[in-house]
Amino acid sequence: MLQAFLIILQRDLILAIRHRAELMNPMLFFVLVVVLFPLGIGAEATILERIAPGIIWIAALLSALLSLDRIFRTDMEDGSLEQMLISAQPMSLLILAKIIAHWIITGLPVVLVGPLLALFLGLSAEGIETLFFTLLLGTPVLSAIGSVGVALTVGLRRGGVVLSLLVLPLYVPVLIFASQAVDAAAAGFPTAAPIAMLSALLLLSLSLTPWAASAALKMSVS
Amino acid sequence: MIMRFIYQLGSPPYFYALSGRLLPWLSGLCFILFAAGLYGGLVLAPADYQQGDSFRIIYIHVPAAWMSLFVYMIMAFSGAMALIWRIKIAEIILINSAHIGAVFTFLALVTGSIWGKPMWGTWWVWDARLTSELLLLFLYLGIIALYSAIDDKRKAARAVAILALVGVVNIPIIHYSVEWWSTLHQGPTVTKFDKPSIDTRMLIPLLLMAFAYKFLYAIVVLLRARNDLLWRERRSQWVATLFSKEGA
Repeated sequence: MLQAFLIILQRDLILAIRHRAELMNPMLFFVLVVVLFPLGIGAEATILERIAPGIIWIAALLSALLSLDRIFRTDMEDGSLEQMLISAQPMSLLILAKIIAHWIITGLPVVLVGPLLALFLGLSAEGIETLFFTLLLGTPVLSAIGSVGVALTVGLRRGGVVLSLLVLPLYVPVLIFASQAVDAAAAGFPTAAPIAMLSALLLLSLSLTPWAASAALKMSVS
Repeated sequence: MIMRFIYQLGSPPYFYALSGRLLPWLSGLCFILFAAGLYGGLVLAPADYQQGDSFRIIYIHVPAAWMSLFVYMIMAFSGAMALIWRIKIAEIILINSAHIGAVFTFLALVTGSIWGKPMWGTWWVWDARLTSELLLLFLYLGIIALYSAIDDKRKAARAVAILALVGVVNIPIIHYSVEWWSTLHQGPTVTKFDKPSIDTRMLIPLLLMAFAYKFLYAIVVLLRARNDLLWRERRSQWVATLFSKEGA
């Protein structure tokens, strides 16, 4: 079972590395969205510092949304998803591997680049440190919840709009707690409570969404 | 015993006949409850010492907000039934509830903002409860969108059932948001167990209205479900005999 998990993880990572151009796209999108905000709002340092956590988190949500489809879409098209479904391994475990692979491919770059962009937006050092932790805890939740949405819509020809409608409301708690934590840190308050809630969301989503996604996939593929 | 009842209910002809017999009773009760609740609320209840007569929108607003959550719970429950026992009726109840729930949520938001204008001086604030009610509306709309995007309706019902169960995670967040972020919205006045901080003459019509809304929901969902059922089963034997009997 563990072996199957590792094999799927390895396979997805290799597949991603072989399509290097696609690998860059979500991160480029993330950077572009963040860059658009100062252009639209104006480059006043006080305003930018105030809204930096929100900007970075919304950009992270959008770039996650953009790349979600790849969790299952290509596997659905070439038939490997059906092979996974009929294999003897529990599907939820394989989905967990795919979620983690998706996070490594699309979430981890955001975790690394986000704090750098926050520096450009003038966020304080404490804020940047907390932002890093919230991104680290929060972006896997985005991949996990997203996997359910993709599993539900993968069989549709125009699933994209429906997918965003399904997934974005479920992303809201992550956004709220993460930006609360960063705001608190930037103002010099303790951040333990929102960080703990984020960790709870992470554990909850990683342990529950693979089941929901596997039920949804069985529906989509049949 | 209960299982047998559920299995019986799962049979479309039985459900159709039973709901047909129930509907007149439900409609009568609903009418009485609405009449009593509205009379009690708009005429008998005293004016609020702070808000004057404009508090009376509570009798439209609060039951709608309660229903927006209640209908979601029903949806999740029938979603679970649809997934576990593959009961066709549960699928139909689920998707038809989504439309009604969306309307209740929208009603709660609109009446809330009409109430908010004179009381808080603004149509909308980004308060926790308002925002989560808005998100609930999006959850409903997402369910409707997913259902209409999938062509095979039995498949669509299963997809929607999974989504409803996932969305149930959002319900406690809505409920506890009052405690998590204490902001502009007044705290709950009715659900405190020890002593409600609302006058009894105001409370009774509110409860009557809450029940009236529940009956209204039951009536609308049954009517829609019967329609849907006839359409889905239009090629089956029992529908054919039903209409040949009525036609003859």
